[in-house]
Amino acid sequence: MSAGVDRVTAAFARARAEDRAALVGYLTGFDPDRAGSRERIFAACEAGLDVLELGVPFSDPAADGPTIQAAMTRALASGASMAGSLALAAEIRQRFELPIVLFSYANPLVSFGPERLARETAEAGVDALLVVDMPPEHAEVLRGPASARGLGWIGLVAPTTTPARRARVLAASSGFVYAVSLTGVTGAPLDASDAGLHAGLATLRGASSLPIVVGFGVRKAEDVRALARHADGVVVGSALVEAGQRGPAALGELVAALRGGTRRV
Amino acid sequence: MTAVHPEDDNLLRGPPELLGEFGEFGGRYVAETLMPAVEELARAWPQAWTDPAFVDEYRAILRDYVGRPTPLTEARRLPAAVGGGRIFLKREDLNHTGAHKINNCIGQVLLARRLGKTRIIAETGAGQHGVATATACAYFGMPCTVYMGAEDVSRQALNVVRMRLLGAEVRPVTSGSATLKDAINAALRDWVASVADTHYVIGSVMGPDPYPLMVRELQRVIGDEARAQILDRIGRLPDAAVACVGGGSNAMGLFAAFVPDKAVQLFGVEATGEGLQGRHAATMAKGRIGVFHGMRSLVLQTDDGQLLEAHSISAGLDYPGIGPEHAHLHATGRARYLGISDREALAATELLARTEGIIPALETAHAIAALPAVIRELGPEAVVLVNVSGRGDKDMHTVMTHLDPATLSLIEEAEQGRKAARAAHQAAAASGERKEGT
Repeated sequence: MSAGVDRVTAAFARARAEDRAALVGYLTGFDPDRAGSRERIFAACEAGLDVLELGVPFSDPAADGPTIQAAMTRALASGASMAGSLALAAEIRQRFELPIVLFSYANPLVSFGPERLARETAEAGVDALLVVDMPPEHAEVLRGPASARGLGWIGLVAPTTTPARRARVLAASSGFVYAVSLTGVTGAPLDASDAGLHAGLATLRGASSLPIVVGFGVRKAEDVRALARHADGVVVGSALVEAGQRGPAALGELVAALRGGTRRV
Repeated sequence: MTAVHPEDDNLLRGPPELLGEFGEFGGRYVAETLMPAVEELARAWPQAWTDPAFVDEYRAILRDYVGRPTPLTEARRLPAAVGGGRIFLKREDLNHTGAHKINNCIGQVLLARRLGKTRIIAETGAGQHGVATATACAYFGMPCTVYMGAEDVSRQALNVVRMRLLGAEVRPVTSGSATLKDAINAALRDWVASVADTHYVIGSVMGPDPYPLMVRELQRVIGDEARAQILDRIGRLPDAAVACVGGGSNAMGLFAAFVPDKAVQLFGVEATGEGLQGRHAATMAKGRIGVFHGMRSLVLQTDDGQLLEAHSISAGLDYPGIGPEHAHLHATGRARYLGISDREALAATELLARTEGIIPALETAHAIAALPAVIRELGPEAVVLVNVSGRGDKDMHTVMTHLDPATLSLIEEAEQGRKAARAAHQAAAASGERKEGT
């Protein structure tokens, strides 16, 4: 079995072969606590996630909406740490083959040490990094050591991104590129049928051979269905975090329903 | 000092030292959605600042509305209390709205208009930057939303009233520690969603590039005026310039004019709060390099990279980060940073009030409190320039609860006397009514 960026690439190839979009699910590690988050993440993976985006909590998540902020606050209150998050990732890896993307903010990762981060994330079975407040201009400090260990670097393209910036983001990206669906924070209301959004995804598709994954504000199976033809993958975050608060079973049900929306009909 | 602005394309693969704007500090660590706006500002700012029409309008407003130039007052009786020296006070407390903050707000709202933005947002801790932003917005007729930690809303209720009176909407922030850093997070979240028509007026020399540079330039009027005034007054430069630092805008505004004058020693004064073993805001003494609020700088954080809550009796210094240029001046040794506790700041508030008839803001009092150490080092003949960054009216409630048992008992006595007098008055009135009724 491949690892790192190759495992990410393989997951999208598999979904494409099945004529569906990949379902990328975000959950915060240690939310509500270590055992509770493991249980929920396992349930989500079993219910059909193609890619797991595992959030390492940060005290000041300025790019996230209230749902993920609150999840990170709960996680920190229950003792989340960088080392603990990596141990959690390793447990997930022992049980599941799906690609794991580590999501966080620059400070906890830089604080951990770029070399150590690259080594220990790779050892834990993490396949790529997504650092929301680290634009390509600043990414090299983490991206360099991570790339050297075969890890992917997930760049973000926003609706406000200019063509010049888009080229820079794409040049730094590997594994997939994250298309931010809306001008706002995670969990904001989204019209998944918006023609402008679909056109933006088409433009991005024309600019890159990487898988294109759209996220922010995707909540329901019908949102996924509306986007599945326009992207290689769809991310659901805040809605999963909310479902997780109702327990692993509710989360598993939502993932199964979302998975149903990935098929391109 | 000159900020490094490498060409964008060099940044991607450029050497690490180019990543910061000020040595290894600074940068633009924001979500991609905001990057184009930050780039637009970085392009627009130098154009505006070299456009005589823009600069003339900014200066005219500072003169005719803010009340600049502010005076330079030589302290008469303070030197005897701090070990000597000739001490010159730069009177930013005499600006409209009572502090230096307005210099920056006028400039940024002017820039926002130039960029075609139609809405202003800001964060505020104690409320001073919020009041200054609300004032600038009232002056220009722009809608204004101010984010303020819920803790601060209740601690600084008077400033909430001022902002509302000025037409601003105040949005309390309950997430995180519900203080300044969380207000900044909330303003960033607003900006991510509203960036097309909204300008974010950051209140200090912090945040992503170009804010640290832009706010410094908008505040350097403090140092430029003070430098000319002291040369005019005594025909020489001071031996030292002293200012308090939270984010660091009043200090950077003062220092900017003197950085090239190598003989002028620069002292920043940070808040050690309850002491370095307890709760404090001593970023220079206890911070570690980190990435926070869009910049790489010194940050108070745990070993695991989570932000710590800062504490100072002065809400304006109560911030767990510091402007990147200060971190650079600190790293290169060009400026030195001293620490002053809550208790020392309170004592200095009283000292300046009694010796000079000036009640300083608690922030400013930290700079005053550092004077004995500065004079001790430089000698009793030293000429020292201190930035009186703001006036203390806003802090009277804090001062009253912390400072002076004698004052408190005086107020208590007066209150009891007033109650007694009212009771006597009511008793007399009641007996009068009874008489009339009979």
